Amino acid sequence: MNRFAIFLLALPLLAGETTVIRNATVLTVTKGTFQGSILIRDGKIVEAGEKVLVPDGARVVDAGGQFVMPGIIDCHSHIAADSINEGAVAVSAMVGIEDVINPDDPDIYRALAGGVTTANILHGSANPIGGKCQVMKMRWGKDAEGLKFEGAMPGIKFALGENVKRSGSPGNGFGASPGLRYPATRMGVEDVIREAFTEARAYQKEWRDYQAKLDRHEQAIPPRRDLKLEPLVEVLEGKRYVHAHCYRADEILMLLRVADDFGFKIRTLQHVLEGYKVAQEIAVHGAGASTFSDWWAYKAEAFDAIPYNAALMTRKGIVVSVNSDSAELMRHLNTEAAKAMKYGGLNETEALALVTINPAKQLGIENRVGSIEPGKDADLTIYDKHPLSNYAKVTKVFIDGQLYFDREKDLEERPGREARKKALIDKFKAQEKKERKKPEPTEDKKSEEPGGEQ
Amino acid sequence: MYYHACLPMKHSTTMLLAAASLTFAQAPGPIALRGARVVTVSGPVLEKGTVLLRNGLIEAVGENVDLPKDAWVVDAQGVTVYPGLIDALSTVGLPETPAQPTTPRAETGATPRGGQDLPVALEQGPEFRPFTTTWVRAADLLNPADKRIEETRSAGFTSVVTFPSTGIFAGEGAFLNLSGEKQGRMVVASPAGEYVTLSTHGFGTYPGSLMGVIAYIRQVSFDADHYKIEMQAYASHPAGHKRPNYDRAVEGLLESPRLLLPAEDAKQLDRMIRFAAELKRPAVLYGGHQAYKIADLVAKSGVPLLVSLKWPEKSKDADPDQEESFRTLELRDRAPSSPAALEKAGAHFAFYSGGTAAKDIRKALKRAVDAGLTEAAAVRALTLSAAEIYRVADRVGSIEPGKIANLLVVKGSLFDEKAKIQYVFVDGVKYEPVPETPPPGDREGRGAAPGGVE
Repeated sequence: MNRFAIFLLALPLLAGETTVIRNATVLTVTKGTFQGSILIRDGKIVEAGEKVLVPDGARVVDAGGQFVMPGIIDCHSHIAADSINEGAVAVSAMVGIEDVINPDDPDIYRALAGGVTTANILHGSANPIGGKCQVMKMRWGKDAEGLKFEGAMPGIKFALGENVKRSGSPGNGFGASPGLRYPATRMGVEDVIREAFTEARAYQKEWRDYQAKLDRHEQAIPPRRDLKLEPLVEVLEGKRYVHAHCYRADEILMLLRVADDFGFKIRTLQHVLEGYKVAQEIAVHGAGASTFSDWWAYKAEAFDAIPYNAALMTRKGIVVSVNSDSAELMRHLNTEAAKAMKYGGLNETEALALVTINPAKQLGIENRVGSIEPGKDADLTIYDKHPLSNYAKVTKVFIDGQLYFDREKDLEERPGREARKKALIDKFKAQEKKERKKPEPTEDKKSEEPGGEQ
Repeated sequence: MYYHACLPMKHSTTMLLAAASLTFAQAPGPIALRGARVVTVSGPVLEKGTVLLRNGLIEAVGENVDLPKDAWVVDAQGVTVYPGLIDALSTVGLPETPAQPTTPRAETGATPRGGQDLPVALEQGPEFRPFTTTWVRAADLLNPADKRIEETRSAGFTSVVTFPSTGIFAGEGAFLNLSGEKQGRMVVASPAGEYVTLSTHGFGTYPGSLMGVIAYIRQVSFDADHYKIEMQAYASHPAGHKRPNYDRAVEGLLESPRLLLPAEDAKQLDRMIRFAAELKRPAVLYGGHQAYKIADLVAKSGVPLLVSLKWPEKSKDADPDQEESFRTLELRDRAPSSPAALEKAGAHFAFYSGGTAAKDIRKALKRAVDAGLTEAAAVRALTLSAAEIYRVADRVGSIEPGKIANLLVVKGSLFDEKAKIQYVFVDGVKYEPVPETPPPGDREGRGAAPGGVE
């Protein structure tokens, strides 16, 4: 590429970062569907409609015959982190995904290729109270800080049921600990959560008393910071969302009761495969539900799952999302959402909402993402066919108005990538050959010299 | 005893120094190396310089040095005198099995809790101080009979910075001169810093994940800050106040002037630079093989980086049919260019052997030079920079009057692989390289080599 061409490419980026996506079928999710254009400036959607004026110098993306929808949001994922489970303790609230973000994980790019622009990266499900979550955008190429969804509400993982119990069993599940780790029963799970919040309340009081002393201008030493209890105090104060892994109706009710007793909210129930049985209670508590489309019977507590779950809970007024919990499923959440049309009869918009505006609401970022509306982040996915069709392929993905995935470009670059790899392989092979030919020269020994001994 | 022994170099190496080895060691009178190329590192290179040593110190250096009558003058034409090399991270001088407690769970409740009656934690957590021996001092454990001392010295090193290396907080290092039969003579500075690893010890123990280890380090660091406040408050007003608990884990951390944090690739460098800033503790990173990717960030952070000279290699047991990933190949290809990138960016860096056999150090160094590092910067990274990082540049690291007489004398250039190391001076005492012995099996498999990352 010559210098002039580079200059031309750079030009639209310099011109106030304005992009227009034209001639597309625009699925806004919240404001209907129309044939038209989207105007993007400085990473935000400025205008979306049938007729949009194209400013001078704007980069024009012609999406004739294609479909634009809000970037998919996955409310439950474990990609892009160097560790997931801190399993030896029943409460691992002191750990957080934010400390171990792996911006080099190729699953980020693969998620992009599946139309995902935002994901909630959760701690694993080994403990009743797990570690802190991290909401991130799939800004492939950015460093760890650059991936973080700035301003997103912090979260924490809770988990109930089999995984938590099994973590304490020697030689069973993932807990190979020498002694049983408490809890080993569902009763114990409830106890651990109650115990932890009792502790958290005492810790909260410690700090409040300290603050009161300062306010009275008394001398005081600050309490010791406890990284395990700090996030739980944030939960009590409504400053951190609880995302709770659960399956069975009884344990869902248990958790809602515990939360009510301590005066905090469960933001989302994750998996929640028996949610349809207690949808009324979930709705009353105000919890969201993030479930699988049709994945069940992989363990005893998942036997009562039905593919109607998402639709039934939606009809009870719950904010429902469909999540992946898998780097593979993550790449076709659009078709996962479509299944709720077949099983339960959601309409197109309701189905799309399961992977866009609803998870945005569950993560408290609906003012930024989840639909195509002026003022929102330009996180957009373009499909060649209707995204609820399983023939649809992602052609382009924008995050903050920047093009992060382009199918054509990817295909074009593949031979170059292969060639670069082959060049390196050949280089090392040649080196190896050279070294084999010339055995390592034994270094000159000093032994013939006198005086070598001290 | 010889005085004014002006012999041609050829003879002097054999005859004079053979005889001298005993006399130097017993009664170091003034010694003058005359007519050598002197790489002072702190100043310009002297093409025909003289270095005068007396009582273990450098007394004078320059092109015209007045030699005292009693000086033993060595005609050093054709040789180059460098400051003695420093291995900035090592275990040389420590016994094979460090005397360290190995029962992390034995520690209980050592943490002050602000005097409140809080519920006792059910599970094991940070308060148990697992894998922590912050208080163990390398300087107290030295084994002057360690065979590696002689091996290392034979490769041109006069100093090593040696650390205990087992556990998360492994213990406090010491800056050592590779001299003497007495432990106390070897120590130049102690403690040189706290050696931290991000090692995990299985799912069944806390911390069992990378994020758990990071959270644990953070908690201990916060505990140390709190401990300091508590102890100071008590010391100034003991009457009527509850006495805080003594905690050797944080005592060890508080007395260490810096933390050594592992950071091999770009994401880890970024992560640890941020972590050090968050903990508000001076830090030194070690690893650095992917620094070529973010050398500017390293430079901007001001955090010094120790770069391992153990460049990535293909495992000897690698399956020949298994194709390696592009990333693996690229890292192997480009890792040796990291020092050059760091030099260009103006970052503060030094080298450490990282498990490279002493005899292969110059070969490894040459790869960095072949990849663009200037020879001057290479020498500096093995001498003065290491001394600066450990704040001992006022006594070692360059050839300046008043500094410790640690010198490396090479017939030719350090960068000519065939050029022989003639001798080194440690504390003004001359040592000749010992002939290489065939490697006994234990050389590689010895303990945990320092500098292994995560």
